Amino acid sequence: MTALVLIETEQGTVRQASRSAISAASRFGDVDVILFGDNAENAAKLANVRKVLHVTNLPHLLAEPAAALLATLAENYTHIVSAVSANSKNILPRLAGLLDVQPLTDVIEIKNDDTFVRPIYAGNALATVQSSDRIKVLTVRGSSFDPVAAEGGNAPVETLGAPGGYDKSHFVKVEFSHSDRPELEVARVIISGGKGVKDAGNFQKLLEPIADKLNAAIGASRAAVDAGFAPNEMQVGQTGKVVAPELYIAVGLSGALQHLAGIKDSRVIVAINIDPDAPIFKVADYGIVGDLFDILPALEKAL
Amino acid sequence: MTQSKIDDNAIERDEMAFDVVIVGGGPAGLSAAIHLRQKNPELSVCLLDKGSEIGAHIVSGAVIEPRALAELFPDWKERGAPLNTPVSEEKLLYLTEKRAISVPALHVLMPQMDNRGNYVISLGDFCRWLAEQAEALGVEIYPGFAAAQLHIQEGRVAGIITGDMGIDREGKHKADFTPGMILSARQTIFAEGARGSLSADVIAQYNLRDGIDPQTYGLGIKEVWEIPKEKHRPGFVQHSFGWPLDAHTYGGAFLYHFGENLVSYGFVTALDYSNPWLSPFEEMQRTKTHPAFRHHFEGGRRISYGARALSEGGLQSLPRPSFPGGVLTGDCAGFLNMPKIKGTHTAMKSGMIAADAVLAALEHDRAEAQSYQDLLRQSWLWSELHAARNIRPAFSKWGMHVGALYSGIDSMIFRGNAPWTLRHPHADNTTLKPANKAPKIAYPKPDDIITFDRTSSVFLSGISHDENQPTHLKLRNPAIWNDVNETRYASPESRYCPAGVYEADTREDGEKYLRINAQNCVHCKSCDIKDPQQNIRWCPPEGGSGPNYSSGM
Amino acid sequence: MTMKVLVPVKRVVDYNIKPRVAADGRGVETQGVKMSMNPFDEIALEEAIRLREKGHASSVVVVSIGPQAAQDTLRTAMAMGADQAILVRTDAALEPLAVANLLKVIVERENPGLVSMGKQAIDDDMNATGQILAAKLGWPQATFASQVKIHDGKAEVSREVDGGIEVVNVSLPAVITADLRLNEPRYASLPNIMKARKKPLETLDAESLGVDLTPRLKVVNVSEPPERQAGVIVETVDELVHKLKTEAKVL
Repeated sequence: MTALVLIETEQGTVRQASRSAISAASRFGDVDVILFGDNAENAAKLANVRKVLHVTNLPHLLAEPAAALLATLAENYTHIVSAVSANSKNILPRLAGLLDVQPLTDVIEIKNDDTFVRPIYAGNALATVQSSDRIKVLTVRGSSFDPVAAEGGNAPVETLGAPGGYDKSHFVKVEFSHSDRPELEVARVIISGGKGVKDAGNFQKLLEPIADKLNAAIGASRAAVDAGFAPNEMQVGQTGKVVAPELYIAVGLSGALQHLAGIKDSRVIVAINIDPDAPIFKVADYGIVGDLFDILPALEKAL
Repeated sequence: MTQSKIDDNAIERDEMAFDVVIVGGGPAGLSAAIHLRQKNPELSVCLLDKGSEIGAHIVSGAVIEPRALAELFPDWKERGAPLNTPVSEEKLLYLTEKRAISVPALHVLMPQMDNRGNYVISLGDFCRWLAEQAEALGVEIYPGFAAAQLHIQEGRVAGIITGDMGIDREGKHKADFTPGMILSARQTIFAEGARGSLSADVIAQYNLRDGIDPQTYGLGIKEVWEIPKEKHRPGFVQHSFGWPLDAHTYGGAFLYHFGENLVSYGFVTALDYSNPWLSPFEEMQRTKTHPAFRHHFEGGRRISYGARALSEGGLQSLPRPSFPGGVLTGDCAGFLNMPKIKGTHTAMKSGMIAADAVLAALEHDRAEAQSYQDLLRQSWLWSELHAARNIRPAFSKWGMHVGALYSGIDSMIFRGNAPWTLRHPHADNTTLKPANKAPKIAYPKPDDIITFDRTSSVFLSGISHDENQPTHLKLRNPAIWNDVNETRYASPESRYCPAGVYEADTREDGEKYLRINAQNCVHCKSCDIKDPQQNIRWCPPEGGSGPNYSSGM
Repeated sequence: MTMKVLVPVKRVVDYNIKPRVAADGRGVETQGVKMSMNPFDEIALEEAIRLREKGHASSVVVVSIGPQAAQDTLRTAMAMGADQAILVRTDAALEPLAVANLLKVIVERENPGLVSMGKQAIDDDMNATGQILAAKLGWPQATFASQVKIHDGKAEVSREVDGGIEVVNVSLPAVITADLRLNEPRYASLPNIMKARKKPLETLDAESLGVDLTPRLKVVNVSEPPERQAGVIVETVDELVHKLKTEAKVL
């Protein structure tokens, strides 16, 4: 069995999530990777890679030609895999349509070659499903699999050309948001404040310096938003934004169920609260019981 | 207020005319709708409900007596009415903290409590089924729309106006502003349930309570559990009184096994209680830890939560049920039979009788369906409420022990025909003692296995409130809260509200204030009833808001 | 311009309801649970209605594939402003691939200039049907749309991509899938709900459309996600930072 992994780069280096996808795909057998755009040399250095397929004439990764190209390669593989990203979510289901197979998206666990676990109902349930398709097309969640090493490999690079002449879809432009602070949905680190932060000024004074150091997004509990400490769009929780960062720091928020429902997929949760009985400690990986007005300045210094 | 009046006039409203408009899609309203179309298929009948779907706001125990249903649909079994669990065994327990004493020979001592022939149901599912029957008969049903105002013309109720949608927190129109609609009707049937907001307006407008006792209410709080199959005893019914309430607080727990491994558990606390430290929610939670209850929950999981006020006053508190242009039915009039702990069959029957009276009024083109009162008096509904009338007030008058004794005598010796009628002297908002004169109650912390806090409970009610809408709960005068609620009664609303809507908090400057989390509201109406100075104003939020109770409720 | 817009809508468990995994592990309880239109489909429908209101489209046709009760969802769609509805009746739980194959038949019948649909349904969260349909039709696709402009037989679509917005230009006919920020859907007002009762709703039998509906996936089991466990309480900030660096490796 052989898998083909669609990988993506970010500022020249292969994204960590793509490296996780390679490690996930290694369970199926040999792994070839396909890269659209530059920096094939970095892909060649990845561990666990048999061959790099390098497509040079599709820089903007439009779904239609990309899926068409992948469809021509697909018969050589049992599994076609990518980490969950805007591009893979766009391309892989289209590829599945071309191959007449049912794709599997957002996979978080691989049971065996044909059986996978994926969250449904916004993570409120986990479905284990077995695919009978001859080629399995799947996107996997990067955070669920340990990445392969970025260095150490030496795979041959084969250059491919995508079929030209597709004129029904054109790239116009891309604009990345230039906010200094990442958005809650995509931030790697989030620091959120609750009622315990006491007022809007403290959000700025205490949370912002830490967010700056960690390149974190700032969130708030519903109680803090209701109290006017933070604007609506900062609300994290079931009724606000559902987030899944690598690190979630909950400050002075007790952990109402709606809030916990919105953060439960975070990889690591840190709770800072003066009340040792606050429900947030029941889900936190690390907790400090104490006054946030002492702890936050100390944390900022220690970072 | 004036501002909104001015706005109202400026808004152009669509209008649609019906023979009958029914406000509320519970058992009373749906039975009335069905009965109307059964008797006269030509009538145009429109039914509104503020819940997002029929059943969304329905909470009840529920053990149903099928008498009214059998009159409405003699072939209810063939039609697939969801009465699937006949009562199979029954217990009434008097609880002390550690023990439970079973009342023997229940059907002799407390004949009202005899549940043989009755069914344990989900009232929400039952209403969904009734709605299907009603639609098949041609009733137009519109869930998700709150009747917000009376439409009054020439001194009579001429229909209702639905709520405006798309108004933001500050009261400004959002881009999707949609004005409410006038649903005009020759007769309007109110079936809003206990303490309905338009029923209250009608009662005030036409002085329907003149010369009768104040209504007295209970707050029912309910959970649905799913338990292991091997522990499930379909049709098992258990009621309790005594612990944890003191002898002067009326109330108790119910627990029914029904459906597919489901258990309906709940607790009713009479809202004429006097100790401001009392928390109906915590009483409900801690009763589950009693040995007579705990084992039913062990190994199970809680799947749903809800709360609703119910009318307990009975006959003495019934307002005049008709007025120019309409009638009151079900629990917004107060037809619940408290000693039986049942209001579904009485609500249905009142809806059917109201329908007959409305049909007569329409036929003769009369403004008021005056025959309603007479038809009621001639019905079994009246006899039943008459026989039960002294039991609930006896408990208020003499407390639990003498009340229970009296109820046995009243039922067994007088068979409900005692030559006297006990009164309900006080409205529930007047019964609190000052906080410093009442004993504090130490409630145990939730264990998150059998007992829970409010937040995790409300989470299971499927609550939905667009937060960017005007708050539907307001203090008429915030200063009264500080002077009365907080200073005198230590903020009782923060304890009686089963949804954690009210939180007493302190500002930076040390001033106390009441935080109102209106988006948590499960529409039980307790605050509207119990607030000492009637300072909390409950008006219907945007249609479709509030809980979304699922199957089992 | 006489372009028709086709909007597929799915009836799903209402997003306010906390889904409950059935005790037998076969799926999530849907019996007696409030069902509503998939929120992303509502957004896609709103966009289609706006295109008609701006004169870019002549009519909006909604289609739902599901049980008889899905007609409630279609009535809601027509109350919001869709002109006509098609119910493709089936009691089977279909996968995106089968849904896309059925939609392809409907597209060939209705001949729309645009299919506007939600990017994913909030029950199976698959995020695939639009892309599969576009592939099957050989149409271009613009997924995760946050803005749509129609001119000269083309759609200029802003797409939500990681960290920003990408703009693509696709020739019509095309499939566009709606993301959360595309618009705020209107209410189905009571007068419009009343009027929608009279709009045409056609019912087809899914089995009769000549599409292979055999599932490719077998649901082995559906379970509740494991609950997070309480971790450790640390005494000092330094200890916290140390553990985040060395143990959790998130700093």
